[in-house]
Amino acid sequence: MDYATLLQILDSTLRLGTPLLFACLAGLFSERAGIFDIGLEGKMLMAAMCSGAVAFLTGSVWLGLLAAIAGSMVFAALHGVASITFRGNQLISGVALNFLASGITVLVAQRLFGQGGRTPPLEGAARFNEITLPFAEALRPVPILGPLYAEVISGHALLVYVAILSVPVTWWVLYRTRFGLRLRAVGENPAAVDTAGVSVKGLRFAAVAITGLLCGLAGAYMATALQAGFGREMTAGRGYIALAALIFAKWRPWQALGACMLFGFFQALALRPDVVTAVVQVKIPVPFLDALPYILTVLVLAGFVGRAIPPRAGGEPYVKER
Amino acid sequence: MDRLPKWADVVLVPIVSLLLAAAISAIVITAIGQSPTEAIKVMVEGSLMSAYGWGYTLYYATSFIFTGLAVTIAFHAGMFNIGGEGQAQLGGLGVALALLFIPWPHWTIALLAASLGAAAFGAVWAAVPAYLAAKRGSHIVITTIMFNYIAAALIVYLLVDVLRPAGQMDPATARFGEAVAIPTLNQIPLIDLFFVKKVPANITLFIALAAAVAVWAILWRTRLGYQIRAFGKSESAARYAGINPTKIIMISMILSGGLAGLMSINNVMGEAGRLLQNSSEGAGFIGIAVALMGRNHPLGVVLAAILFGFLYQGGAELGLWTSIPIELRIVVQGLVILFTGALDVMVRMLLVRIFALFRKPQVA
Repeated sequence: MDYATLLQILDSTLRLGTPLLFACLAGLFSERAGIFDIGLEGKMLMAAMCSGAVAFLTGSVWLGLLAAIAGSMVFAALHGVASITFRGNQLISGVALNFLASGITVLVAQRLFGQGGRTPPLEGAARFNEITLPFAEALRPVPILGPLYAEVISGHALLVYVAILSVPVTWWVLYRTRFGLRLRAVGENPAAVDTAGVSVKGLRFAAVAITGLLCGLAGAYMATALQAGFGREMTAGRGYIALAALIFAKWRPWQALGACMLFGFFQALALRPDVVTAVVQVKIPVPFLDALPYILTVLVLAGFVGRAIPPRAGGEPYVKER
Repeated sequence: MDRLPKWADVVLVPIVSLLLAAAISAIVITAIGQSPTEAIKVMVEGSLMSAYGWGYTLYYATSFIFTGLAVTIAFHAGMFNIGGEGQAQLGGLGVALALLFIPWPHWTIALLAASLGAAAFGAVWAAVPAYLAAKRGSHIVITTIMFNYIAAALIVYLLVDVLRPAGQMDPATARFGEAVAIPTLNQIPLIDLFFVKKVPANITLFIALAAAVAVWAILWRTRLGYQIRAFGKSESAARYAGINPTKIIMISMILSGGLAGLMSINNVMGEAGRLLQNSSEGAGFIGIAVALMGRNHPLGVVLAAILFGFLYQGGAELGLWTSIPIELRIVVQGLVILFTGALDVMVRMLLVRIFALFRKPQVA
């Protein structure tokens, strides 16, 4: 494999890792606050449809982005009401909302555009277009680093950089603010937070809202940057891969970046089976590359590659009076 | 919170949940500019008003009974087996391997072999997450989700690279042949008086009903069933009573996976006659809705499976005759899971209020 091919694959890695990263950080906020969320997939799908539809109808990607966040937030609120207010089973709620999103996105898109559940192709200002970072062309002649900067780091949609920036922001919020401390506490020991006079429900709803926001960005990226429009089931299990990455990262932000980029790298490799075959000298079936993130997650969960310990109060509704 | 009478808990809660789901579905149908009454009419006509429609409704119901029972038995052990989809697909692989390489003389023996293959492969696919949960403390929900995706990838690989006959374009195995085709309902004496046209519902329906009885007997009439239910209610109490957690987790998940795998004799052996990609078509997930709707009781599961069979056949008819997309059935499925599984506290609170309303005048 030559350097140019490597750069191409790294470039796709960043592209494909971005929706995973948004969704993974979304899950991180929710699960750190003690709310399991296997509905990341559904929220992304809903956001993708909303952004695709609104961006096409208005011609503005920014309105599309707002619609994506709104759509995702509605589903986040439903999950919050079911699992916080009514103390329902969080896993079942997530599963239910995934199905709901899977069906309703197609119904709405079909009603609006009648194109078999897709939204029409987006172009121009209705998409997040690629940004060329300063000096990308000027620095290209610099050996090794120049092409790396021009090919891999420069030339992505705005949301890619937002996703990367979200990592330090998440870290800062979680570990350097009072809100973050309380958020983590509510996922470990909600009774202690309650005793301190802080609302457990309020904190958990706040966390679920952040999850909605980030899933909205993930979905908007899928429909307006990675691809040009919404297609049915376009998230294709990315919500679950993000969940896998979250466990792989042991619910920590910087590790989440690493895990998402690793899984994005696998997805990039799955697109280039020729390169994989050339490097390892054995024909590796593409489905194996597709399944690799899931296999790795199972190994992590089983404690064969480090131990993954979830937040202690995760999945349990908090009952104030005993 | 007041307690509901038992009959209300068993009958009213699922019915109210269903009505809420139906009401929201009606709103959705109206919102996309269609008529809900028209939709119901098409659904009922296409799935319940003719023997042909019933043939499809019961065909879907057969699969859903298996996957619903699979979820039920795991639920009773306190586990949420969301991997029914993967286990069903592996079950399909078991059916294919049992039928492709041995020329069975008669369909009865072939059915036995295929059932064993289906149950064994489904059980193995559930046993791995169960072992990891029991011995390594992995979360069963996450692991079984991962196993769904791994199963899908494995089946794609096997169908594209290994089992596909030379010269065939679509990723599928060779056909199993006429000799091992199991009778459909229109080929069974007496029943053929009702089903005159060829229908996909087949003899597997009776195996599914037998499985429902067997699950009921295991759960409520055996020592093992008692242990499973005790473990599901309180792990620490069960442990204190000398019940081995590893054993219960393993056995209940193996039974669960075996049942999910068994659905493949309905679709892979009975209907398709070969293994196709994504053979279970989401039936594994519908098992979750069916189990929740059926209140985790085999009788409830059978009734809920027929209801979802109606929903699936009716939904397909909607896709054919109206401009309501077939995806409506996924919306209804999601709503049913939401109301019966996640918002059941809300439904109960609602009913308690209503009951209180009727009780007050008597007190005063």
